[in-house]
Amino acid sequence: MIETLERLIAEHPFFHEMTEPHLQFIAGCAKNVRFEEGEVIFREGDEANQFYFIREGRIAVELMIPSRGFTTVQTLGDGEMLGWSWLLPPYRWQFGARASKPTRALAFDGKCLRNKCEEDHELGYEILKRFTHIISERLDATRLQLLDLYGANV
Amino acid sequence: MAPMFEQTSAAGTPADSMLPVPYRIRRVWRETADTFTFDLNPADGSRAFSFAPGQFNMLYVFGVGEVPISISGPGDSLSIRHTTRVVGGVSKSMRALKSGDTIGVRGPFGSGWPVEKAAGCDVVIVAGGIGLAPLRSVLCAITAHRDRYGRVTLLYGARTPEDILYERELKSWRDKFDLDCEVTVDRAPGGWRGIVGIVTKLISRATFDPANAVAMICGPEVMMRFAIMELHRCGLAADRIYLSMERNMKCAVGFCGRCQYGPLFICKDGPVFRFDRIAGIFGVAEI
Repeated sequence: MIETLERLIAEHPFFHEMTEPHLQFIAGCAKNVRFEEGEVIFREGDEANQFYFIREGRIAVELMIPSRGFTTVQTLGDGEMLGWSWLLPPYRWQFGARASKPTRALAFDGKCLRNKCEEDHELGYEILKRFTHIISERLDATRLQLLDLYGANV
Repeated sequence: MAPMFEQTSAAGTPADSMLPVPYRIRRVWRETADTFTFDLNPADGSRAFSFAPGQFNMLYVFGVGEVPISISGPGDSLSIRHTTRVVGGVSKSMRALKSGDTIGVRGPFGSGWPVEKAAGCDVVIVAGGIGLAPLRSVLCAITAHRDRYGRVTLLYGARTPEDILYERELKSWRDKFDLDCEVTVDRAPGGWRGIVGIVTKLISRATFDPANAVAMICGPEVMMRFAIMELHRCGLAADRIYLSMERNMKCAVGFCGRCQYGPLFICKDGPVFRFDRIAGIFGVAEI
């Protein structure tokens, strides 16, 4: 099982060019998970100790707005990563996540990886570098969403 | 009778291009809260209307004013279809018109999408908001001859689920014509099971051969800029990317200069441009 996970992880662009020992350690923190449509993956404010790579499916990142209910701010699909609150104190989810389609994913033990990153700064740098890239892409996308481009007079 | 998709060039403007011809509104309906569509037939019933997908007409609401509106393709019973968003006085008056009312039409004007050149290629269509309206004519042309094209992908972004245009046709293109059709919205209530996020993010997930693909983009200029960046990242060259530009237009035939875009006129040289031809001025402030 670990070998299969290791292969899956090594093939993912996020982990390209990581060293074998680092990949082995990361694979040791990973497991396969499935979510049914509508299933809550985590809730806003809960402790954030995992992150996920979506193998297949769709996950909605959502926010509860009083009087409006749950509002989806973004969806993530095949090959995308979900969750970085495990990286930063206070290690609480800032948003909730729910499967909007049946979804298969790899779940990573963020707490375990976080502790390892504290010990092994080379691994920590590699992980942060990769997450920074994703965070930057999401920030760019969010900025475009904020422009309300399809409104009148844009 | 001339086919609806007859390819015409920018030079093929009518002899008396400043004279509006009366057309009757055959049918009108609301698409979204601020967008409506109508099908038009010549008021005298005398002639068919030939256009190239991507061209536009000047629509004249008598006594109010004239606005450029992209041709959204064929409508029912040899009519032409226009989908319009209400953004000012003329389009507001236009929305108040009913079936049977008459409107003035000048056109078609401008350049078209490379529908013929794209034959044998994968086609990637990226539309944002009302930008789907001029691309509908491309989708109609492609689905009319689906076997001429490789993989066809439509990536469409709207503001909210309520702002999605042509919902029935989107379903039909997806189900009946083997189109990869992805729709995303900028924001959605919790019950929405579709995609939420910017449309340009869908490009890297689309399947196409960059060496043999043509992309056609229409939407807000900022969206198009990011779409072009993504297409380049996917390996698509500038001479395989086409986009439809928008500026205020008045005469539609290059006389008035209102829509001058650097050395070009949007009305006459565009609105559809191959990207490498405008790359030097695209996105430049004060152009």
